[in-house]
Amino acid sequence: MTVLGNAKLRSTAELEHMQEELRARHTPSAKCVRVCTGPGCAVKGSPKLYELFCEAVERTGANVEIEAKSVGCHGLCECGPIVLIQPGNIFYQKVEEPDIAEIFRETILGDRVVEKLLYENPATGQKAVTPEEITFYKVQKRIALAGNGLIEPTKITDYIAERGYIALAKVISSMAPEEVVSEVEASGLRGRGGGGFPTARKWHSCREAEGLPKYVICNGDEGDPGAFMDRSIMEGNPHSVIEGMLIGAYAIGSEQGYIYVRNEYPLAVEHLKTAISQAREMGLLGQNILGSAFSFDIRINRGGGAFVCGESTALMASLEGRPGEPRAKYIHTVESGFRGKPTNLNNVETWANIPQIINRGGEWFAGIGTEESKGTKVFSLVGKVKNTGLVEVPMGITLRRIVEEIGGGIAGGKRFKAVQTGGPSGGCIPAEHLDARVDFDELTKLGSMMGSGGMIVMDEDTCMVRVAKYFTNFLQKESCGKCTPCREGLSQMLHILERITKGEGEVGDVEELEGLAELLEGTALCALGKTAANPIMSTIRYFRDEYDAHIKEKRCPAKECRGLFRYEIDPEACTACGICLKNCPADAITGEKKVSHVINQEKCTLCGMCWEKCPFTAVLKV
Amino acid sequence: MDLSKEGPLSLEPLDKILASMPNAGFSELIPILQKIQEAYGYLPPSVMMAASSRMGIAASRIYGVATFYEQFHLEPHGRHTIKCCRGTACHVKGGRDIIRAIRRILGVQEGETTEDMRFTFETVACLGTCFLGPVMMVNNDYYGHLAPNKVRDIIERYG
Repeated sequence: MTVLGNAKLRSTAELEHMQEELRARHTPSAKCVRVCTGPGCAVKGSPKLYELFCEAVERTGANVEIEAKSVGCHGLCECGPIVLIQPGNIFYQKVEEPDIAEIFRETILGDRVVEKLLYENPATGQKAVTPEEITFYKVQKRIALAGNGLIEPTKITDYIAERGYIALAKVISSMAPEEVVSEVEASGLRGRGGGGFPTARKWHSCREAEGLPKYVICNGDEGDPGAFMDRSIMEGNPHSVIEGMLIGAYAIGSEQGYIYVRNEYPLAVEHLKTAISQAREMGLLGQNILGSAFSFDIRINRGGGAFVCGESTALMASLEGRPGEPRAKYIHTVESGFRGKPTNLNNVETWANIPQIINRGGEWFAGIGTEESKGTKVFSLVGKVKNTGLVEVPMGITLRRIVEEIGGGIAGGKRFKAVQTGGPSGGCIPAEHLDARVDFDELTKLGSMMGSGGMIVMDEDTCMVRVAKYFTNFLQKESCGKCTPCREGLSQMLHILERITKGEGEVGDVEELEGLAELLEGTALCALGKTAANPIMSTIRYFRDEYDAHIKEKRCPAKECRGLFRYEIDPEACTACGICLKNCPADAITGEKKVSHVINQEKCTLCGMCWEKCPFTAVLKV
Repeated sequence: MDLSKEGPLSLEPLDKILASMPNAGFSELIPILQKIQEAYGYLPPSVMMAASSRMGIAASRIYGVATFYEQFHLEPHGRHTIKCCRGTACHVKGGRDIIRAIRRILGVQEGETTEDMRFTFETVACLGTCFLGPVMMVNNDYYGHLAPNKVRDIIERYG
């Protein structure tokens, strides 16, 4: 019997048999080219590279067995497009179309490394052949992201070959639902969407809750600005999410699941749809899964583009076809959620961790991380660091190691100022706390939070008052308007921050912000409102001097707030090209050929046009 | 809803959508509106009124949903849509200067369409491509590591 057709798998034994057949095809010497087509590399042209590799494979003929795969995000987006070659796990970065012939001739057919495409350690100048030799990857520990960059997300066989759906088979064939909950409890897994609620406790409550049917939901409405972890998992390894949901549904006693995906992620929707239909064809979703009594299916809903829908009750309202307004949680959603039925909602990353926990045991997972925060966490490390990208690290690692070792420190020789975690509900952590450990409780103590995993690094050029204003503006726009403290409070706070950044701040403004923040935290209806003041409070706590400089001295130390700094032309750098002079709408610039130009400060309207247009960066902010 | 501005629109696409989703009730409202928008390019008020009577859902409820979510728009869009990211990573890398440059070049504010119907300019909370910041999308094409002086060249590629 060949099980590699599209026949339904009727038992766990058939799944295992199929896996063995698939694995037998992959000998250690099998040649394989993996082209990252995650969003970072795709923008830099990697889908075209993949096509070219496929064509090259076809031309080579049948005597050499080579496979080209288009895989999900490798993480080091800064160095894309990334191509990995087996055997040898050779890591090529910044690959361009003309490089393909050389890679094919030298590495794939000739087993030689193409030096110029290797990653070079900027500090030592040493070249790295495999990802393991690169600090960015060395410090990481990949569980949720383990399959990303390895498997082709649109091929279920790829996932199965990498021990996919084995956890599901184990659960169905040998574990009672309560045992599954206990295993997850032993792992200590806490929700990865931001709140950090113990996953097993949620499952247990939903399992015990009265009422049928029960629903499981995957929250893929990743709306935090500066975060794209869930996107990469849904795009790069959709089956891990589906398998996690299947296991959760089995444990809870649910037959219907929903994945709510953010509207801005069309590729995630496409890959999830493909994965779901493949899983159905194989009998891994639908009636009597793997020949057992367990039935479960999943539907995908695209979000409508409202940040508040990441909140569980708002998300459920949206699934029901209503505006995504949260409700007070006197009654938990595990008791009365979607359509008034017991509903268990977890985040994408939480679901993706489940199959590994079942396969390797809760204790194994609990052995990673800190006392209260187990396992790993995926972060999108972005902003002013050298290596931006997707990283997965064990809980308890210090912020310093993430920023300096993985991120490679601040780009452009600037000074580190703060790292923002937790999205709009989080806060900014300054340099003096860089040695803090990353776990749920530690970050909360510092006035920030874990959140879903955005980590935005800021340098000396970032004005912290503007950062606070930025988040407040974001939240004010996204507030659903249902409760007064959030709707009116945020508008008031934004108004004050706008005055401060315009140089119209008054003594007492900071105290007023603090008062409003306290009110908001105590009285808002949902988590969006309750935590909305965190960006303001954390910047006041650590960067009070910047607020004071704006308010008392009418000066923006980071030179970001228009009107609170001046433009001047550096006579050394000015080549007298005349571009600024031509573009100045206020005729405030004087100068002639071969004479460096000067800005007349009285006439200058601080529009910044000269600064934008100068090709020699001779216009300075002072 | 102002029905006076638009000309008569064919209800055929709407009927096709509703026929493809038999028994669709209130809980299918968002997917249906998404399909209507894909078919018509926006949510024409007359089509929403027709959907209301065909589905037996009050127009006010449909309107409530259509105006709550950013994704839905009640006015026709331009031929090309520019989405500029205002995410945190773009913000710290100068995303505001890009937004200002687009405004200046197109002469419209966020959410507006140019008079020649060539461009609609929108900003989004985050495009999820932070490693490219500051970044914008024109239709489905990403443009990353932008500087204000690069914007005009990109925009001019779209006729």
